[in-house]
Amino acid sequence: MKTDSAPKLKTPDPQHQLAVHVQGVDKSFGDGNARLKVLKDITLDVRAGEITMLVGPSGCGKTTLISIMAGTLGVDAGQVTVFGENLTTMRKSAITRFRAQNIGFIFQQFHLIPTLTCVENASVPLLIQGVSTSKAEKKAREMLELVGLGDRAKHRPTQLSGGQQQRVAIARALVHEPRLVICDEPTAALDAKNGTIVMDLFEKIARIPGRAVVVVTHDNRIFSHADRIAQMDDGRIVEVHDVDRDAPPVISH
Amino acid sequence: MIRLALKMLFGDTGKYLMLVAGLFFATFLMAQQVAVFCGLIRWTTATLKNVPAPIWVVEGRVEQVNETNPMLDTDVTRVRSVDCVAWAQPVYVGMQRVRLPNGNFKVIQLIGIDSTTFAGAPVKLREGKIESIRQPHSVIIDDLGIKRLAVERGKPVKVGDAFEINDQEARVVGIADAMTSFTGGPYVWTTYNRALQYAPSQRKMLSAVLAAPKPGISPEDAAADIQRTTGLKAFVNRDFSLDEGADKTEFNTSTIWWYVRNTGIPISFGITVIVGFIVGTAISSQTFYTFVMEHMKHLGALKAMGASNFKLCQMLICQALTVGLIGYGLGIGATAMFGRGALANEEPPFYMPEIVPFAVLGVILCICMLSALIGIWRVSRLEPAMVFRG
Ligand SMILES: Nc1ncnc2c1ncn2[C@@H]1O[C@H](COP(=O)(O)OP(=O)(O)O)[C@@H](O)[C@H]1O
Ligand SMILES: [Mg+2]
Repeated sequence: MKTDSAPKLKTPDPQHQLAVHVQGVDKSFGDGNARLKVLKDITLDVRAGEITMLVGPSGCGKTTLISIMAGTLGVDAGQVTVFGENLTTMRKSAITRFRAQNIGFIFQQFHLIPTLTCVENASVPLLIQGVSTSKAEKKAREMLELVGLGDRAKHRPTQLSGGQQQRVAIARALVHEPRLVICDEPTAALDAKNGTIVMDLFEKIARIPGRAVVVVTHDNRIFSHADRIAQMDDGRIVEVHDVDRDAPPVISH
Repeated sequence: MIRLALKMLFGDTGKYLMLVAGLFFATFLMAQQVAVFCGLIRWTTATLKNVPAPIWVVEGRVEQVNETNPMLDTDVTRVRSVDCVAWAQPVYVGMQRVRLPNGNFKVIQLIGIDSTTFAGAPVKLREGKIESIRQPHSVIIDDLGIKRLAVERGKPVKVGDAFEINDQEARVVGIADAMTSFTGGPYVWTTYNRALQYAPSQRKMLSAVLAAPKPGISPEDAAADIQRTTGLKAFVNRDFSLDEGADKTEFNTSTIWWYVRNTGIPISFGITVIVGFIVGTAISSQTFYTFVMEHMKHLGALKAMGASNFKLCQMLICQALTVGLIGYGLGIGATAMFGRGALANEEPPFYMPEIVPFAVLGVILCICMLSALIGIWRVSRLEPAMVFRG
C-alpha cells in the first residue's frame, strides 16, 4: 500500500517541495543463482523541511535504499531524483560532484580518520569542495561547538567516547550545509540522552528551508522526532505515514 | 586535501618509517654500489693517469693497460721516426715483489721511465725531486706505498727508507700523489734501465712506448699515423668516453670495456643494484599497499562524501612521493657520507658520475609511482556504497 501520493495530514507549503523522488526502483546484488533482489519497485518521496525515517527489519534493504538516494549506488530500474537532478542519467563524476555539494553523510561506523583531529575530520567535506584549510577549520570548529564538542577540537577521535565520535561525525555531515542529510542508524551507539540531543539537532537542520533529513533507524525511542515514517519489509515500502507530532506515534507491524 | 594526505601518512608512524626505510635502503644500495663499481672500474686505468703521456704505443694485440705484451727495444726508434711524433720514450710496467726490512713481501707496480726526459713521471710529487731517481738505487713511491710498504702500522715510509726489489736495494727519494691501482699494489717509479735490472731478465722487456704528437697535430691523428707506419697499436690517453669507436682508439675506454667484458665485476655489482631495486620496490609497494588497504574505509568515506577519483589519486601520489623523496634524500646523504670516508681513506673505490644521483632519483620515483598506482587501482575500483556497511 502506498500512501505517499499526497500528504494527508499536512497541507503542502513551499518548504515541502520534493527533496528526493524515488520512482519504481529495482536493485539486485550478485549473479546467476546467487542473484538476490534487494529492492522491488520502490517508490518514495522525501520532502524538504522534514525528517523522514526508514524503518524495518534487518536486511529489508534500508541501507541499500539510502545508498541509492545518495548516489553512491546505481539502480537496475527506475529513477532517482534529488532536488530536481536525475541521478540515474547523470555521469558518475557529476554525481560525485553533486554529492560533495549537496549531501551530508552519517555512517553507522562513523568512519572518522583516526590520525586526524576532530576539527580536521569535521572539515573534510569543505576541503573536498576546495575550501581553504583555515576557512574550513573555522567552520568545522563552529560545528563542533554546535554539537557540544567545542573543547575537543584538537583531540583525536580515539580519545573520545562512542557518543562523542558520533557527534563529530554529525558535525562533519553538516559542516558544508548540505541540502540532504543521510544517516544510517545515527543513534544506535548512543544512550537516550545523547540520542535526544542528536535528534534535536536533526530537527533544527530539517527546519531550515530547503533541507531534508533521511534517517534509517531501529530505535523506537526516536520515532517521535520523525515527520514521516516509511516502513519497509523485504525490499518493499509497505507503509508510509505522516506523524502527527502532537500525538504519540502509532506504528503498526 | 594534500595536507590531510600527509597527516594520514605521518600519523601512521610504523608504516611511514617502513616506507622511508625501504626507499632509503634502495637508494643507498643502488647509489653506493654504482659509485663503488665506477670507482673500481676507474682504478683499472690508474696506470694511464699515473704514467701520463698523450699516446701509448703497445704491441698489436693489446687491449688494456694492465696486460701488455713485451716489445722490442727497437720499436722505440721506429715510433720516434714517424713523421707526426714529437718524442717517443720507452716505459717498463710490471708487477714485482718487494721485500721489506722485516722480511715481509709486498706486490708493487714497478714503472721504469726514461732518465733524461722523465716521460711518464708522476704528475705531482709530494716530497723529493724527480731528478733524484738518477741516483743509484733510487725510487719514488706513491702515497699508498708509504702505508703499504711500512714495516709497522702507523709508521709510514719516509724519504731515505729502503727496501729490496728482487734482492736489489731500492731507496726512497721521493713521494708522489697517485691514483690507487686496480691490483692494490703501490706505484714505484725508477729509471727505465734500473727497472730492467730490478725485473727478472727476459728477451723482450719493453712494455710500451710513450709518445707525443708534434705541435698542431692531434693525438688521434698522430696515433693513427703511428699505427699505419709501424703496425703497432697506438692509443690516445684522454679519458673514458662513450663515443663510438673510442673503445678502439682511447686506452682508458678500451681498458674499461675489457674489464666489463672479461670479468664478473659488472655482473656482481649489477646484481647488488638489482637486489636493491627489487628489495626497495617490494618493501615500499607492499607497505604502501597495506597502508592503502588499512585506510580503505576512510578512502571509501571520502569517496562517498564526494571526493573524486582524481583527488584521491593526488593524495596517494603525494603520499608516495613524500616518502620517496625523504628516503632518497637520506639514502643519497648516507652515500655521500660513505663516499667522503672512502675518498679520505682512498678505499674502497668510490667515484660517482653526476648522472648517478639523477638516475637513482628516477628509479626511486618509478618505485613510488608503481606503489601509488597499485593503491590507485584499488581506490578507483572502490564502491563508495561500501562505507554504509561494516
Ligand atoms: N554489496 C552487496 N552484495 C550482495 N548483497 C548485498 C550487498 N549489499 C546488501 N546486500 C544484501 O541486500 C540485503 C539488504 O541489505 P541492506 O540494505 O543492508 O539491509 P538493511 O540495511 O535494511 O539491514 C541483505 O540481504 C544484504 O545481504
Ligand atoms: Mg543497514
